[in-house]
Amino acid sequence: MKKSEDKLEPGGVIKRPGSSKEVKTGSWRTFRPVVTINCKGCGICVQFCPEGCIEIKNGKAVIDYDYCKGCLICVNECPVKAIKSEKEVK
Amino acid sequence: MTRVFMEGSEVIAKTVVLCKPHVISAYPITPQTHIVEGLAKLVADGKLKSKFMEVESEFSAISSVAGACAAGSRTFTATSSQGLALMHEVLFATAGMRLPLVMVVANRALSAPINIWNDQQDSISERDSGWIQLYVETVQEASDTLIQAYRIAEDNKVLLPIMVCMDGFILTHTMEPVDLPGEREVREFLPGYNPTHAILDPKRPMTIGPFAYPEPYFKLRKELSSAIDSSRKIVSEVNEEFGRKFKRKYGNGLIEEYKNDKDFAILSMGSVVGTIREVVDKRKDVGLVKIRCYRPFPKEDLIKALKDKKMVLIVEKDISLGLGSGSVFSEIRDILYSLKKRPQVVGFVAGLGGVDIRSKDIEKTVEQSKKMNDGEVKWLM
Repeated sequence: MKKSEDKLEPGGVIKRPGSSKEVKTGSWRTFRPVVTINCKGCGICVQFCPEGCIEIKNGKAVIDYDYCKGCLICVNECPVKAIKSEKEVK
Repeated sequence: MTRVFMEGSEVIAKTVVLCKPHVISAYPITPQTHIVEGLAKLVADGKLKSKFMEVESEFSAISSVAGACAAGSRTFTATSSQGLALMHEVLFATAGMRLPLVMVVANRALSAPINIWNDQQDSISERDSGWIQLYVETVQEASDTLIQAYRIAEDNKVLLPIMVCMDGFILTHTMEPVDLPGEREVREFLPGYNPTHAILDPKRPMTIGPFAYPEPYFKLRKELSSAIDSSRKIVSEVNEEFGRKFKRKYGNGLIEEYKNDKDFAILSMGSVVGTIREVVDKRKDVGLVKIRCYRPFPKEDLIKALKDKKMVLIVEKDISLGLGSGSVFSEIRDILYSLKKRPQVVGFVAGLGGVDIRSKDIEKTVEQSKKMNDGEVKWLM
């Protein structure tokens, strides 16, 4: 739900799909996964990402940091160790 | 309509069949057990076409019916005491999500010490959850109120969960002659559930129970408060309509006054009201006010019923620990406070843990109250 939701339905039900994209939730990371040049674009990380915020673009994994919470599951699951973890610097 | 002579729990199970819920989920706990045992058997025998979900706790039972209801099903569950306490978190969530669940609470004392008998501490402790609470006096009223409960909960102007609170053992395990309405009559009074606000439909995707920032949260709680406040009207209307169709109704749906033309009124709720009726019939100096709908609290009706009294005596089966009185007592004192001429209000905490309240005990409270100061609370023992 947005900070100022215009029309509130009974029970706070949101009747438009994809509303979770309206609120950016990537600001509390401690670690940042970074896709390196070794990425083969297999897409396993896309399947495992609990936030659904990895896409394959031009044969490479691309992470949307507006929603990535730094859980590093992608780092763990990558079969070719192509995603490394870095300490988040603000 | 058929007249049956049955145990209270069996009557409830038979009434649930008439209401045709899609999903039933419950975990057995005394004194609710016979209700769900009966339902499980009816489902197993093919007499009730509901999905019966067996779960490992009351937390799962209420969560299952909440999920089923959010998907658009009519549901039923029942519990007691510790089971209701275990549901606590989900009670608030389901009211906030405006899910029209219907639950029977077989009222039982809360531990410790562990005790299986009746008082109303369990459901009264959930009074702030946003659930509508109806307290019944007889098995007949329990059955009728259950049918009404679906109508109230599923009304588009209400959309709130309801507890039908019936005293454990005193009502659940007692045989009583009951008029069970016919299937067709109930279907006319209570058509199928047709939700629009919360339903699982791929063509209409929606998020139910989302996260809310402070401002929308605050607004939604205010809306919830107004919704339960305005449900008083629907509780009354449904009771009236039920009365027209089935020739039985319960006061104005919110409260019931019985020979309440004296200076002295006894106020209570639940099965003990039957005992108080007997005392009122015998003595000529006391009247009776019964609370049927405890949440939303029928403030205006109660003020009207009590404002000209000299004495209001409250008998209740709960104690707000640390306050020194029951919740009903403090709430009645609260609503009478703004009157210029206030009646004297005295309270009795009675029947905790299943201690019998006999008519001679009620007479004792009437006699004792004459020597009590305004605002005094005693334990009936």
